[in-house]
Amino acid sequence: MTDVLAIQGLDCAYGEVQVLYGVSLSLRRGEVLCLLGRNGAGKTTLLKAIMGLVPARAGSVRLGETELTALPAWQVPKHGVAYVPQGRRLFAEMTVAENIEIGLMARGKGAATREAVLDLFPLLRERLKQRSGTLSGGEQQMLAMARALCLEPEVLLLDEPTEGLMPSMIAKIRETVVELRRRGVSTILVEQRVDAVLSVADRVAFLENGHNRETVDVAVLRADPEMVKRYVGVG
Amino acid sequence: MAFGPHLLLATLEGLVMAAVLALMALGLSLVFGVMRVVNVAHGEFFMLGAVLAWYFSTLATGHPAIGFLLALVLSPLVVGAIAFAAERLVLRRIHYNPEATIVATIGLLYVLQQAALTFYGPDANPVVPPFNYRVLLPWFGYSGYKLAVIGASILLITLTWLVLTRTRIGLVMRATQYDRETAQAFGIPVDRVYAGVFALGAMLAAVAAVLIVPIQQAHYLMGTDPLLLSFIVVIIGGLGSLRGTVVAALLIGVSDGVISVFFSPTLAKMLATLLVAMVLVFRPQGLFGTAAR
Repeated sequence: MTDVLAIQGLDCAYGEVQVLYGVSLSLRRGEVLCLLGRNGAGKTTLLKAIMGLVPARAGSVRLGETELTALPAWQVPKHGVAYVPQGRRLFAEMTVAENIEIGLMARGKGAATREAVLDLFPLLRERLKQRSGTLSGGEQQMLAMARALCLEPEVLLLDEPTEGLMPSMIAKIRETVVELRRRGVSTILVEQRVDAVLSVADRVAFLENGHNRETVDVAVLRADPEMVKRYVGVG
Repeated sequence: MAFGPHLLLATLEGLVMAAVLALMALGLSLVFGVMRVVNVAHGEFFMLGAVLAWYFSTLATGHPAIGFLLALVLSPLVVGAIAFAAERLVLRRIHYNPEATIVATIGLLYVLQQAALTFYGPDANPVVPPFNYRVLLPWFGYSGYKLAVIGASILLITLTWLVLTRTRIGLVMRATQYDRETAQAFGIPVDRVYAGVFALGAMLAAVAAVLIVPIQQAHYLMGTDPLLLSFIVVIIGGLGSLRGTVVAALLIGVSDGVISVFFSPTLAKMLATLLVAMVLVFRPQGLFGTAAR
């Protein structure tokens, strides 16, 4: 399989505090790669670094032939990387339709994309005129994903999409991730909980204190549950 | 004059003031709302607008309306370009840090003010109104130009509102205002949006100045009072709220007109300042603002 995204020796810091130390990671075409790690291990920072929202001190992030760390942050999504941030970060005072419009504008997509995305989340179609801040948590998460999918991304970054949702919503989000993989979208999924991951991931990368310790096939993880305990602390 | 017509006259004067104030405060509010920059130099963009309006109106010969229209088009453009340059050269370099931008815009205030003194001089100069039609009411005649100022202000504010709510440019501006980081993650060049908004804010102040300059002469110190009043309007109305800005401008403008006529201008300023204090104590987000997220 070919790599869509190749991260090499990435160092990142917030001011004086270094968070990522020489992280190397590759995302293969059409796979779901899950990042696991404790709080503060650097999962969110890694996603922000890919988006250019946290500057890289050293190392490279390559999307195909493009070096993403050399681009200003706003150019990264234009190359086909879409981001669903932790806590959703919707434009809460705007309507559902306006949030989707911003997603469409990012790569100049039109009505066809909009329809395709709304077909994936039919519930949003009924709420287009509603202020997005007034949606339920699950609906907000759907909108955050819909907004990202409006880019028709090659790479999708999902930061804890199931956080704080009820089980039926978690199932819906998981189904969506699987459906996107079927369509050939390569996904990096950040999760805290292993059980939320095993069913959808192809490979799992463990982050610990800003280092990428190991990247393994999900089958290996199933055979050796001890591994999870070592990096994440709980089973 | 009887009380009724006297009150009408005072209200009309207040409305003219409110019209100009609303435009200027809208610029201040936009810049703060989107960029989180408190632009202390906003009054100087107003002053520059007026001084340039005088300059452009002297270039044209013939009917005064030609000079005025020239000023109405060119003056905001030049002021916008100056603001754009100031944003690129200064505000961007200090990364829009809230404290640093206050100090930087205070510096900009003096640079612009002293530049005006050097190149324009200490004199006050009038611009001839584009027309001298008087509207005859049963009790007194009233300047048609002043009524036109009110109309022009309503038009420009409506236009700004339409741009903000109905266009992609407005959508991009609002997205930047709500969440700068997420906006970037969706391909919005926040940096350029900032430069545009700063220029737009200055242009609104300049337009307000062009409208006022046939009524009040252009002078290099004329920016100070409108700046203070704009802050009052923006605090009362709620930062970043267009509706609040308009309502507060009407409140301050009309009450200033009425109180100045019947009592004294000083009392009007005192009451406006008291109102700001009350708003800050009891409703810090302003009458129409939403609480900080």
